[in-house]
Amino acid sequence: MGPEKITPEMFNRLVALAALGLDESEAEYLREELNHQLAAVKELSEIQVDPDVEEKPHGLDCLGAEPRPDEWVAFPNPEKILALAPETQDGMIAVPDVAKLGGGAA
Amino acid sequence: MKFYELSAREIAQKVRSGELKASEVLEKTLSHIRAVDGQPGVLDSVSLSQAEENKVHAFIEVTESLARQQAEEVDRKVSAGEDPGLLAGVPISIKDIFCIEGVRTTAASRILSNFYPPYTATTVAKLQAAGALIVGKVNLDEFTFGSSNESSAFQPCPYNPWDPSCAVGGSSGGSAASVAAYEVPLSLGTDTGGSIRQPSAFCGVVGLKPTYGRVSRYGLIAFGSSLDCPGPIAHNAGDAALMLQVIAGLDPRDATTTLVEPSNYLGALEQDLRGLRIGLSPDYAHIAYPDLETGEVSYEPLQAEVNQATLDAAEALAKAGVEIVEGIPMPNSRFGIPTYFVISRVEAASNLHRFDGVKYGYHTDKPVKDLNELYRLTRAEGFGNQPKLRILMGMYVSASQHSAHYYHKALKVRGMIRNDFVQAFDKNGKYALDLLMTPSTPTTAFKRKAVFGNTVLMQYSDQMNVCANHAGIPAVTTPAGFDAKGLPLGIQFIAPEYREDLALRAAHGYEQATAGAAWRSRRPVVLGQGKEQA
Repeated sequence: MGPEKITPEMFNRLVALAALGLDESEAEYLREELNHQLAAVKELSEIQVDPDVEEKPHGLDCLGAEPRPDEWVAFPNPEKILALAPETQDGMIAVPDVAKLGGGAA
Repeated sequence: MKFYELSAREIAQKVRSGELKASEVLEKTLSHIRAVDGQPGVLDSVSLSQAEENKVHAFIEVTESLARQQAEEVDRKVSAGEDPGLLAGVPISIKDIFCIEGVRTTAASRILSNFYPPYTATTVAKLQAAGALIVGKVNLDEFTFGSSNESSAFQPCPYNPWDPSCAVGGSSGGSAASVAAYEVPLSLGTDTGGSIRQPSAFCGVVGLKPTYGRVSRYGLIAFGSSLDCPGPIAHNAGDAALMLQVIAGLDPRDATTTLVEPSNYLGALEQDLRGLRIGLSPDYAHIAYPDLETGEVSYEPLQAEVNQATLDAAEALAKAGVEIVEGIPMPNSRFGIPTYFVISRVEAASNLHRFDGVKYGYHTDKPVKDLNELYRLTRAEGFGNQPKLRILMGMYVSASQHSAHYYHKALKVRGMIRNDFVQAFDKNGKYALDLLMTPSTPTTAFKRKAVFGNTVLMQYSDQMNVCANHAGIPAVTTPAGFDAKGLPLGIQFIAPEYREDLALRAAHGYEQATAGAAWRSRRPVVLGQGKEQA
């Protein structure tokens, strides 16, 4: 069986979910490359793996890689972070109207 | 010997002893950068004169005033009798993926082209505390996504110092090129699937990927969070050891840094090669390459000179007392790139969701009707093709209907890849290796524009490197001569976890064993002295 192919319809849905915008030539190139990459991983999807084999979120699971508390430390200069935002209001980052999320008409 | 050929260790020793001033080192370094680097990478492409065709273009920005302040501070400390640090007065370039407070940090992307971080990466802070002079930010593939630097939004991208019509490799291509052209003796790069080692091999320098967690990722703009490793690029193993000594160690700001204490990397260089067992694997003598339409895999040979360089190196090492063990099976190495295509893309897609034009970075100028349109336009205009492709691939292979076949399968295969190394290095096992030696790349540097655009072929240039990333273990590439076109060849030593000392010891021993070879006196053409130098 050949590798999975991403159709233009599936591709457009992925692009929308990824919050990307593409012109026609970009879309054509990226969809072709995506299909080539899926061909390259076809072999992986077909390997028979023993059900006892565990998933490895990290390669390394040996001495010294034990998890430890993820302790929160306040950033000393929050105003420097706020200063990076294109628009702020009363010490908060301002964004356009979110009520229309989902693509409602303006 | 030219001044710019001084090693990092020689510079530090001379500055620490007062024989040389850091400010003098800096002025000579800046002068050499001006002579060989040419037009820096800029967002909107510029037309280049003929003379620029023989320049390196490693830098996006030279941080002259920052370096000058550091040089003055080092000189003040030396005059006052204070310890100026292990890297006193050593000029270092930084891959433009590490944050430095107040210095523009672009990730070679339009979407971060106006980003001035409010904090500094731990690695950079450690280098500065050790007296290093940060002389600039060097180019890379956009967000590190590539193996040639051609995907950078900042053009011209770096040219290979040995043949400027060739690619430097990537993604730490600016780092490797800046060292190869003697602009700096050391550079800080990152390696997610070969991004330190592949460009280092293409440019004829030493590049070390440490164990995952050996060096902090705090302040590194993330690509594949379970794979990313900062590490040194240098002219020799000794300088790489010196830089690793400075940047290694636990960081409370990165919970994945290891609790295992760093070794004495410089001390390891004092041991010779006798008694080391180094393996060669037939599975690293070719690559398994897929048909782009059918996915059927065929075995392709490596460039013959690349294989021969590995065999010649094995012979040289054997003469120096190494026990060479042939026929080491690494049967799962063929899955290295397919596994990487899945895991790295899923992690990249996750990490790239934060770039939205709201909190920092590029923000579309066009009027928008709602937040969703702000995201879409900002990301459409701010990202180049490579980040877009990685987001789409990552989302597809981790989608609920596909993840069992791809993402979850890849996480299992990663364990199988690691297990090949565990068995090879098992001291009670059949092979009991100290190190595995392989070619560093399937070919020497390819021409610019020859591969760029074919994302599968480009990814396979990391085939020799990527399995060490999956396994989390260290590996170093070191120069091993030149091919018939005058392009550098490299060999790679892969070591068990936390044994960077062994990898560096082998690389250093190989340097000693080949110190008299004629090829060691060659210098890059961009230095204007021809390929051979007396």
